[in-house]
Amino acid sequence: MAAIEILDLEKSYLVGFWRKRPKLALRPLRLTIEEGEVFGFLGPNGAGKTTTLKLLMGLVFPTAGTARILGLDMDDPRVKSQIGFLPEQPYFYDHLSARELLNYYGQLSGLPAKGRSARVEQMLARVGLSDSAGVQLRKFSKGMLQRLGLAQAVLHDPKLVFLDEPMSGLDPMGRREVRDLIQQLRSEGKTVFFSTHILSDAEALCDRVGVINQGELRGVGAVAELTAQTRGKIEIIFHAPRVPAGLMGLGAEARLSGDMVNAVLPEEQQDAALEVLRRDGLKLISLTRVRRSLEEYYIQKLQPAEGRKEEDRKGVGA
Amino acid sequence: MTATRRANLVATAVLSFSMAGAIATLYAIDHTRRAAVAQEALYVRSSTVLRRMSLGYTGLLADIYWTRAVQYFGEQHHNGSSDYRLLAPLLEVTTELDPRLVPAYQFGANFLAPKPPSGAGQPGPALSLMKYGIEHNPGQWRLYYNLGFLYYTELKDYAKAADAFAQGAKLPATNAFMPILAARMAQHAGEFDTARMLWRTTYESTKDPLIRDNAVQHLLALQVDEDVTRLEQVVENYREQTGRLPSSMGDLERAAFIHGTPADPKGRPYKLMPDGRIEVQDPESIFFITKGLPPGAAPPQPLHQPPPESK
Amino acid sequence: MNSRIGYIAFNTFREAVRDRVLYNLIAFALLLSGAAILVGEISIDIERLVVVNLGLTAVSLFGVVIAIFIGIGLVSKEIDKRTLYTVLSRPVRRWEFVVGKFFGLTGTLVVNTFLMAIGVLLALLYVAHKFEKMDAWVLVALYFIVLQFLIVCALALFFSSFSTPLMSAVFTFALFVIGSLAEDLRGFARITQGVGGWMATAVAYLVPNFSALNVISQVAHGDAVSGRLILYNSVYALLYSAMAISGAVLIFQRRNLK
Repeated sequence: MAAIEILDLEKSYLVGFWRKRPKLALRPLRLTIEEGEVFGFLGPNGAGKTTTLKLLMGLVFPTAGTARILGLDMDDPRVKSQIGFLPEQPYFYDHLSARELLNYYGQLSGLPAKGRSARVEQMLARVGLSDSAGVQLRKFSKGMLQRLGLAQAVLHDPKLVFLDEPMSGLDPMGRREVRDLIQQLRSEGKTVFFSTHILSDAEALCDRVGVINQGELRGVGAVAELTAQTRGKIEIIFHAPRVPAGLMGLGAEARLSGDMVNAVLPEEQQDAALEVLRRDGLKLISLTRVRRSLEEYYIQKLQPAEGRKEEDRKGVGA
Repeated sequence: MTATRRANLVATAVLSFSMAGAIATLYAIDHTRRAAVAQEALYVRSSTVLRRMSLGYTGLLADIYWTRAVQYFGEQHHNGSSDYRLLAPLLEVTTELDPRLVPAYQFGANFLAPKPPSGAGQPGPALSLMKYGIEHNPGQWRLYYNLGFLYYTELKDYAKAADAFAQGAKLPATNAFMPILAARMAQHAGEFDTARMLWRTTYESTKDPLIRDNAVQHLLALQVDEDVTRLEQVVENYREQTGRLPSSMGDLERAAFIHGTPADPKGRPYKLMPDGRIEVQDPESIFFITKGLPPGAAPPQPLHQPPPESK
Repeated sequence: MNSRIGYIAFNTFREAVRDRVLYNLIAFALLLSGAAILVGEISIDIERLVVVNLGLTAVSLFGVVIAIFIGIGLVSKEIDKRTLYTVLSRPVRRWEFVVGKFFGLTGTLVVNTFLMAIGVLLALLYVAHKFEKMDAWVLVALYFIVLQFLIVCALALFFSSFSTPLMSAVFTFALFVIGSLAEDLRGFARITQGVGGWMATAVAYLVPNFSALNVISQVAHGDAVSGRLILYNSVYALLYSAMAISGAVLIFQRRNLK
């Protein structure tokens, strides 16, 4: 079953002081997320990622369109018990401690009193906040708040987790931890929908990505496919005092660093290149297909589709 | 129906029901509180204290006390009460907070002095109030008018009344009748025309519905008094001429002493009594009349009159 | 469903207490004890009057200020600062949130008033040396003050549902002042004629009627409060609060959170 089915969801705001004009924050969005997958929603700041999430969470109401979450209409209150949400730069109740906050949220999520405190402790341990469990939240650092945010998102063991820029404000250690958590969620069979503008995270974690810009979904694709497409080139690394002459004739781009040469050349020349090395008695270290990076796909998709007028583009944004 | 729809429906129902209920309860509360409000108004009689408490917004506080004075009087009147003991203090506090609130003095002149149930029966405090008003508003002709009015109607001191009208007549932008009233006080004080002029001036110099209504009642009474006096004189003339009393109005008409059937301002014909006096039908319905009453009856006073809400 | 309202209410109460709202009691206690001692010195037979007047007025005013600031702080701020995002992503209905907040707020004020009441009664005992029968009416006055808080909290919530923290505070306070003069406003309205009169009447009846809830001078003089008034005021406060809260719910249901 599809975890999320977004059907022409649209959001426009009225802006202006006297005569209000509509400003389209999200063009009609059509997207389906399968159960069990990790989906990355990519786009620059202001592209509409947060708007989409807020629409799905019911924090903001669509101007048109609807969505189905886990088979239920998005307005259905039963949806909420199956999903978890981590907003961007979360802010909580200043005067509660981490433990109290999770306990309160557990109450609101309907966790039965019996196992609740045990579960809270478990979550605190999972995000590494056990030591600070009794500290008031106003004393928490940004990273700690982010981790607490993750804890409250998965506290009630939801089937579907929404994360808005989960890595923001974290140091490399923190980001590693979040990555691990997402991997864990995946292995537990949960569906994860997260938005980010950091491509390397998306590349490492996601099954599929969608690129959104200026309120419009520009493209969706499986990461494996997008990065698997080779450009028809191979990369060889080998020991050599200098770049062999024979290689240049094959249309290679080569670079020498120390006693290693790094050369990229067309796939068809693979045998010929190996012949050059063998002839010169050079030691091959590695030979790999050059993978297309997600970055290229991303940058390409940021451009608007052909035929879209300039004024049209100007009217979009969030 | 979705959960949201249902919640909205319930909320709208609660909103409408509770709004209606709250307003209804408010009516009930007001009913219970009527007497309490005026009493409370005077827990603080000292205007100095009030002045301080009002944090300088004395004007507003004066207006509030003024409204309370009017409401108080109206309520008491409506309930047929003769007890207006709080009126004088209320007016005093009002004018101490804002000595230039002219309507307060007018109200005092019209309703503090007359005897209950048309007034508080306190000509003394009424007089001090007028003098206080004049002291603080020397250029206001209305206050001199009120003072003269007071002397004329309740205190029957025509000399002082003339004085007051004369002083008022000297002011710029004064009412055209002031000098005339001053003149008439001297010689024609007791005449109908003088009184009529006075009440008419009162009616025209204010917008207050209570005062106006009172003036109208007095004008009607004057008409009746005048009519009765004239008719009784006619009867006397008839008797002198024919040597006997007329047996009915018809006699007077046939003898050409009157034309048509004389009627009171409410349209009811006057009755000719066997002893030659004239009486009004239903004397209780016209207030303040001093003539046309059965022997020994006192001038009828307005009772159980609802305060004029809006005109 | 009901348990969520209870959880929200309790959390609101806890947040308010931890926000050191109860520290206002210290200022209150100081004020009252100072006055009581001072009055005890003067001793011209109005000690009781002063203590009751001052004490109850302080309870009322302090409470209104707290109601407004905590009410705005706890609700408007919560909406403003996106604390609500994680709350509303849970199976909490929006109306449950509003109602829960209301109960939490009023609960805080009831506790606060209760503690202040003890202070007032102690001060009274100190200056008068014993309780008299008429002191029972002081409790009624306190009850009316609590009813007053119910309405103020409901109004604070109502404005918070659509307005910024500052404007909510201003509107609520403005309505408190106007409502205290509500009876006079109705008096004005009765005298005014024409369109102005209609408008004034409409406003005069929709504005919260705080004047009837203020029986402080009355009980200071030891006068009784009619049972009928107690009943009507209770009904009125409940209905008015219900009105404001349902208004808040209706607005909040549609609100796009930024």
